[in-house]
Amino acid sequence: MLGRLWQGRRIPLAWLLLTRQPVRLLVALAGIAFAGILMFMQLGFRDGLFDASVTIHRLFDADLVLISPRSSSSVSMAGFPRRRLVQAMADPAVEGITPVHWNLLLWRNPETRGTRSILTLGFEPGDPLFTDPSLAPKAKLLQDRGRVLFDERSRPEFGPVAEWFRSGRTVESEIGGQRVRVAGLVGLGTSFGADGNLLTSHETYLQLLPNTPPGSIEVGLIRLRPGSDPGAAVERLQRQLPADVTVLTKEGFIAFEQNYWRTSTSIGFIFTLGAAMGFVVGWVIVYQILYSDVSDHLPEYATLMAMGYRLPSLLGVVAREGLLLATFGYLPAYAAGQGLYWLVRNATQLPVTMNTTRALTVFTMILVMCMGSAALAMRRLADADPAEIF
Amino acid sequence: MGLDRLESGPAASDVVVQVAGLSHWYGAGAMQRQVLQSVDLAIAPGEVVLLTGPSGCGKTTLLTLVGALRQVQQGSVRVFGEELHGAGRASRQRLRRRIGMIFQGHNLLRCLSAEQNVQMGADLLPGLGYRARRDRAREWLRAVGLGDHLGKLPHDLSGGQKQRVAIARALAARPQLLLADEPTAALDSRSGREVVDLLKGLAREQGCGVLMVTHDPRILDVADRLVQMEDGQLSQGARPIE
Repeated sequence: MLGRLWQGRRIPLAWLLLTRQPVRLLVALAGIAFAGILMFMQLGFRDGLFDASVTIHRLFDADLVLISPRSSSSVSMAGFPRRRLVQAMADPAVEGITPVHWNLLLWRNPETRGTRSILTLGFEPGDPLFTDPSLAPKAKLLQDRGRVLFDERSRPEFGPVAEWFRSGRTVESEIGGQRVRVAGLVGLGTSFGADGNLLTSHETYLQLLPNTPPGSIEVGLIRLRPGSDPGAAVERLQRQLPADVTVLTKEGFIAFEQNYWRTSTSIGFIFTLGAAMGFVVGWVIVYQILYSDVSDHLPEYATLMAMGYRLPSLLGVVAREGLLLATFGYLPAYAAGQGLYWLVRNATQLPVTMNTTRALTVFTMILVMCMGSAALAMRRLADADPAEIF
Repeated sequence: MGLDRLESGPAASDVVVQVAGLSHWYGAGAMQRQVLQSVDLAIAPGEVVLLTGPSGCGKTTLLTLVGALRQVQQGSVRVFGEELHGAGRASRQRLRRRIGMIFQGHNLLRCLSAEQNVQMGADLLPGLGYRARRDRAREWLRAVGLGDHLGKLPHDLSGGQKQRVAIARALAARPQLLLADEPTAALDSRSGREVVDLLKGLAREQGCGVLMVTHDPRILDVADRLVQMEDGQLSQGARPIE
């Protein structure tokens, strides 16, 4: 079979048409790669931002999450009665609960004295909060009043807290006029709504926010017994609990946050539009290249038709040119995409990484772009009249 | 020689081309202009027919009609016994595979080497493997005296060499009819001479009929038969003076 194919092979006309004009080929590849990079960046940013909006959400040690129906996103969490979480304990599938306070507070940079809002979570130091087991020993440090755990991956605008702490200095700062001391460092990561994170005890949290209504929390974590069905538990709890709480699975909680950024802000639209721009620019470039390529070689195509080559086989040549351009334009775009993602990760701490879905999406778009341009350029081939070349 | 390849009935076996009462017009309505008036012409296998006449007299039109590149409007054109009047695009295209064409300009593919250009002709042959087609291309290039220039691009060949590559390409498809439109127009007298001698010799060998349009008085002696055309009408000439 392979031998038959090998014996049946023809002159690789598409390849030769492209490679015998190296300058034009390079321009074409640069154009396609540029369009690809643009798409990679825009889609990467979009997905990265959606992903980044749930950095903290993913860390929670929870199967189900209770929030207030008035909460719209991580930057505007409303409170609900802590009693609801305790009521949930009555369900046979529920193994444990952790009430969590959640708010954005103003942190004073200990170096420059400027303030900036930081996501602050308050919990009972003895309760499990994150799935990462390294938190539990550090949480003990929060038992003293006015102690906080600082996220060392917070943006540098919060001050050189991590460096100072590691060098053995006592790092103290101010939140809402209250003095706090950094008792330890944790590594959580920034998210879209929060440039930095702070963990503190339930008690310290109430001290920092004295206006918090008593018995009110923003997030309730529920852990289920092994083997129980989270979906069924959500349904049961939602039915049993009053309407002042919403019961979500952990995935539902993550989707709730992402959905906010996707639908209630223009982020998704803007970046998708950016990717579409890249697509259009690439389309125009490839079309220009292929169209002028076909036009330049029109007498040669006409000669081939006069020799008895069929129009479809010549259209196939243009299609193969499109396919080759797509493939060889994609490779540098992919490599550059990887490099730029690395740069973005370093500069912004956003979790922008290459994934298979996006790699395939961009390749598909480049392919559509090149084949679409080829299809348009083929219309020029219909002008190749073999009778005109004599 | 080559007669066994003609697929049609006995009537067609002694002629490659049979043109009868062929008329052709360009344009439509008031702008319509007749270019051919009841042309009759027959070409036998291995016969070299030269078509001469002032420019614009319809020579090239006749060539494109016989070459199945244009739709026949009135009259009959039979090539290898197949009627072209009313023949569709696909059947004309299929027929063209058996007709070799050599153009005024060489019309080689600029991006292909001499060998690859000739192989584009050989590729039209059905049922031959890649190696066989490539060997055939090389043989033909050697036959036209370009065995040392296989890998050269048209750009690096002289005018005469390019035209010889074009001949090799036309013959590599093993045609039974060869149409040539002023193949020597761009050549000096010596290489023009070489090209037509080669063309004639190879056509003879293949038993393939040749219809060549030319203005070039230096090459008229290669013709078996000379045909004059004026104002769309043919005046059949005698054999040229040897």
